[in-house]
Amino acid sequence: MSTVVDAARAPSVPTPSAGVLAYYPGCSLHGTEPEYDESLRAVVEALGIAVAEIPDWNCCGASSGHTTDHLLGVALPARNLALAEAAGFDRVLAPCAACYNRLASARIAVAEDAEVRERMPDILGREFANSVEVLSVLNVLREAAADIAQRAAAPRPTPNPIVGARLASYYGCLLVRPPEVSGGDDPEQPMFMDEIVRACGGEAIDWNMKVECCGGAFSVSRTSSVLRMGRAIIEDARRNGAEAIVVACPLCHTNLDLRQKAMESRGEARMPVLFITQVVGLALGLPPETLGLKRHFIATEPLLADLSVRAAQRVADEKKAAEEKAAKAAARAAKAAEAKKAAEAAPDAGGDA
Amino acid sequence: MTPQPLLEVARLFLCLYTQAALSAPFVRQVAAGNHRCLAWPKGQVATMTSSTLSLATEIEAATGVNPATCYQCGKCSAGCPMASESDLRPHQVMRRVMYGSREQTLRDESIWLCLTCETCSARCPNACDPAGVIDALREISIESGMATMPRTISAFHKSFLEQIRTNGRLHEVGLVVGYKLRSGALMNDVTNTPGLISRGKMGLLPDKIKGVAEVKRIFDKCGVTL
Repeated sequence: MSTVVDAARAPSVPTPSAGVLAYYPGCSLHGTEPEYDESLRAVVEALGIAVAEIPDWNCCGASSGHTTDHLLGVALPARNLALAEAAGFDRVLAPCAACYNRLASARIAVAEDAEVRERMPDILGREFANSVEVLSVLNVLREAAADIAQRAAAPRPTPNPIVGARLASYYGCLLVRPPEVSGGDDPEQPMFMDEIVRACGGEAIDWNMKVECCGGAFSVSRTSSVLRMGRAIIEDARRNGAEAIVVACPLCHTNLDLRQKAMESRGEARMPVLFITQVVGLALGLPPETLGLKRHFIATEPLLADLSVRAAQRVADEKKAAEEKAAKAAARAAKAAEAKKAAEAAPDAGGDA
Repeated sequence: MTPQPLLEVARLFLCLYTQAALSAPFVRQVAAGNHRCLAWPKGQVATMTSSTLSLATEIEAATGVNPATCYQCGKCSAGCPMASESDLRPHQVMRRVMYGSREQTLRDESIWLCLTCETCSARCPNACDPAGVIDALREISIESGMATMPRTISAFHKSFLEQIRTNGRLHEVGLVVGYKLRSGALMNDVTNTPGLISRGKMGLLPDKIKGVAEVKRIFDKCGVTL
């Protein structure tokens, strides 16, 4: 009886419960990289992971914050952790790698530095117990990897285009460094994103630039450096056979996607740069238009067309192989039945004689 | 009562001893014009004053890293993506903090070319955290009015933080306008703007949060003025 009453009284905004993740989109997902936000929301919904945006969140300060003042670099992200805490969340998902890094670093700084911890409530003007765990998109998707793998392999009308796609998992800096924020992954040879790519059916290629820096915050203020670093990353991916680079960071995406045209030198094929959430969305069979694939500067259509042709071919080949196998099995069974019949007939004949 | 003065005296002696041990070969190298490993301008010999000592101490207080524990293996510089563009590479910054002039170290442009990718700190075999040291150097150099960051980089940081202070969140158009006015790079990225707008990647109006006053309070309490 009481449960019915509770359900009737439930407010329209879901109250955070143990299962709901606080969602911290950050400025990039609201600004220059909306496709990351779109594809993430589509994927978590499809996977049944409940998320709720932190009310009135503020910018984490990114590199400008900590470069200018250490305390500012801790306090700006800490306000968001305090807001999530006050709203009753115990885990926060920060898909932007820069936000993730700042939130996780603030959590560590407050936990380890007594002086910072003591000053924080006064600076924030809020209670702050530092009780909220910070998760990257890789942590969350990896937890769901078994589910993703099962659904990616399930038969469906449009075949999974990611099967057999050669993808270069690019982590950059902020997901793996400092090593304390890497969430247990190897900071020099991380594998979390590779595991997710494999769960989707893709081929995670081996390459050298997984954890090299893309130039991050110098995108606007020192573009020449960003072009030099981005070129090296894209060339290495291409040399190792990648068809696309997969990222989990809006800054890496801007630097490799928006800036790629300026990096080209000899008319090489362009390298599409996909968010990991877009790869998972395609593998789950979500409609491509919900994943923001048309917002990229390097067109994704040629790659997707090629992948779907290959997927259709693969399905046709598999069907043909299955039919041939079934035909062979039937022929074998028929032959065996005939032989059995003959064998049954022969002793009878012998007995008669 | 407190062991602090004793520690200071001990460290002074250690520094003097190390200085004496190091200076003989160093002076020979300078005289031979063969001193690239330390990257001091030709003809200048390192001198230790009370202020050099205090920079190392300040860094230790800010980061918990004693710069003297860096043994100059150079692994940090081998992996640094900006090493090819900086006058001082990470291991050289560590050396300067220990033995260079305070002003020269704080005025060097190289500390502003660090992207904080943290490759150096992740690979340091002796946990010296060059990225943390460089971050602390930047903070001290701003505080002492010695920051010589390239105009474009300072324009970017200032415009970025100004957006946060005003709106609580980043507003791209505001950032771009502020950056162009501060840096003078008026034509920067002009050709990308139509593409950004047509792809829905540039909001024209700022996304102002309710708690702007709280964010201003954070800036004030941290003593950050723009």
